[in-house]
Amino acid sequence: MLIATENLSVSYNGRTVLRDATIEAKPGEILALVGPSGCGKSSFLAAINRLTEIIPGASVRGRIRFDGRELETVFPSSVDLRRHVGMIFQQPNPFAMSIRRNLELPLREHGIRDSGELRRIAESALRDVGLWDEVSDRLEQSALELSGGQQQRLCIARALALKPQVLLMDEPCSSLDPLSAERVEQLIDSMRGQYTVLIVTHNLAQARRLSDQVAVFWTQDGVGRIVEQGETEAVFNAPSNPIVASYLSGRKG
Amino acid sequence: MNDSGTATSRVIGVRHHRREVCVTVAVWTAAMSVIGLLIWILTDIAVRGLAEIDFGFLISDMQNAGREGGIGPIILSTGLILLVCLVVSIPLSFGTAIALTERIGQETGFACNVRRSLDVLAGVPSIVFGLFGNAFFAITLGLGYSILSGGLTLACMVLPILIRTSEQALRAVPAEYQYAAAALGMKRTTILFRVVLPVAMPALAAGVVLSIGRALAETAALLFTSGYVARSPESLLDSGRSLSVHIYDLAMNVPGGGARAYATACVLVALLLMINLATAFLLRMTGVRHRSTTGGTC
Repeated sequence: MLIATENLSVSYNGRTVLRDATIEAKPGEILALVGPSGCGKSSFLAAINRLTEIIPGASVRGRIRFDGRELETVFPSSVDLRRHVGMIFQQPNPFAMSIRRNLELPLREHGIRDSGELRRIAESALRDVGLWDEVSDRLEQSALELSGGQQQRLCIARALALKPQVLLMDEPCSSLDPLSAERVEQLIDSMRGQYTVLIVTHNLAQARRLSDQVAVFWTQDGVGRIVEQGETEAVFNAPSNPIVASYLSGRKG
Repeated sequence: MNDSGTATSRVIGVRHHRREVCVTVAVWTAAMSVIGLLIWILTDIAVRGLAEIDFGFLISDMQNAGREGGIGPIILSTGLILLVCLVVSIPLSFGTAIALTERIGQETGFACNVRRSLDVLAGVPSIVFGLFGNAFFAITLGLGYSILSGGLTLACMVLPILIRTSEQALRAVPAEYQYAAAALGMKRTTILFRVVLPVAMPALAAGVVLSIGRALAETAALLFTSGYVARSPESLLDSGRSLSVHIYDLAMNVPGGGARAYATACVLVALLLMINLATAFLLRMTGVRHRSTTGGTC
C-alpha cells in the first residue's frame, strides 16, 4: 500500500466532520471518493497533505501510513510531504503570473535553479498534460488569460512538475465545461500506473469510468463516514449497503 | 371585487413608483452635490491661486513673511517630512498587517487587542499627536523642532489607517492562492513574498497613497514638532515648514498673504493628484490592475 489511513478523523473548531476513515490505495491506482456534499471527502484529502495545518480551527486524529511507514516519520516537514503528495483543487488556481513562472516558482522553491533544467521540466510537464502545443508560443503571458480547462491542466502540470508519487484531486472537473472536463478526465486516466490518484468526484459515471477502487462517504448522525469501499465494479454492481445501492443507482443523494 | 382589487393594486403600484422616483432623485442629488462641492473647491483654489504660480515661485526662497518670493524650501521640507514618515510607517504597518492576517492563530486575543488599540489611535485628534510628538520626539529624545520629529509624529498618526488598509488588502487575497501555494510545498515566507504580496500590491499602494494624503494635509501635528522655519533645511535635524503649515501661517498670521496661501494650496493639491496618478501608472506598468479602496476598478 502506498497510502493507507487508519481511523482518520477531522474536526473544525471541535465539530467533527469526518470520523474513523480507513482507506488503502495501492501504488499507481486511482481511488475515487464519492458521496453527497458535506460528508468530509475534501477534509479527508486535506488531512493527507496536512493542508489542515493552515485551515483555521482544523484538527486531525488517526494514523496515515506512506509506503508502510508512519507519514510523520517519512515526511516530518510539510514542505517535503507536499512535494511528494500533490493536490489539485476544484477551482483552477494558477498564480497571477506568467505560465512559465507558474511552473518554475514551485521548482525553484524545491532547489532547482538551473534555467536549462527548469525549462526542460516545464516543457515536459506541459507535454504530459497536452498543453504544450497550445501554449508553447505564449509562455510569458499571464496564466489567467487561459481558458478554465487550460488553467486546470496548467495546475495539474504544475503539480506533476514536482514529480509527486501521490495526487489528491478535489473535484478537478466540476468547474469545467463538458469538453474541458473530458480532456482532464482523459488526462487523469492516462496517469494510471504512474501516480497514485485519490480523486473526489460528484460525477458517479466518471468515478466508475476512472477508478480502480471506490470509497463511498455518507453522513450519519451529522458526521461523515465511509460506508462502503472496494473494487469499483464490485461496488457499483453489487453494493452491500442499501443506502449506497440507492445512491449509486441515482435514487438517493 | 375584482375591480376594487385592481384599483387597490394600482394605488399601491403608484405609491411604489413614487417611492422609487423619490429615492432615485435623493441618491442622485446626494452624489451630484458631493461632486459639485469638490469641483467648486478645486476651481476656487485654482482661480485664486494659479495666477501667482510660476517656475520661480516653485523654487525660490520665501520673502516678506511669504507675501513675496517662493516656496522652494517649503516643498523640500514637505518632501523630507513625508519621506521620514513613510520610511518609518510603511515597514511597521506592513509588518503589523501581515502579523494580523497570518491565517494561523489569526483570532488570538493579541490580534484583537492590537486592532482595538488601532481603532482608539485612529480616533485621536491630530493636535494630540502633535503634543505627544513635541513631548516625546522633540523634548525627551532631544530631536528638537526638526523634520525628523515631524516625520516621526506623522508616522504615528498614519499608522492606524495604513495598518487597517494593509490588513484589508492582505485579507482580500483569496485563501485559495495560499492553499494552492502551500499544496505545492512552498514555505510560508515564499508564499507571502511571491504569491500574497504581489496580488495585494494594488490595494497596499492605495493605502499608502491615502496615508500620503493624510500626511500632506496635516498641520496641527507638525506645528509643535517640525516647526515653521521657512529656510531650506540642511539636515533632518533642522526645523522645516510643510506646505500645509505654510498655508495655515499665510492665511492666519500674515495680513495680505491670502493669494500666496491659495497658490500654495494649488501646489499641494497638484502634488496629491500627481502622486495618485503616478501610483496608478506605476501599477499599470507592473501589470497589476488598480483597485481603489472603495472596491471599484479603474
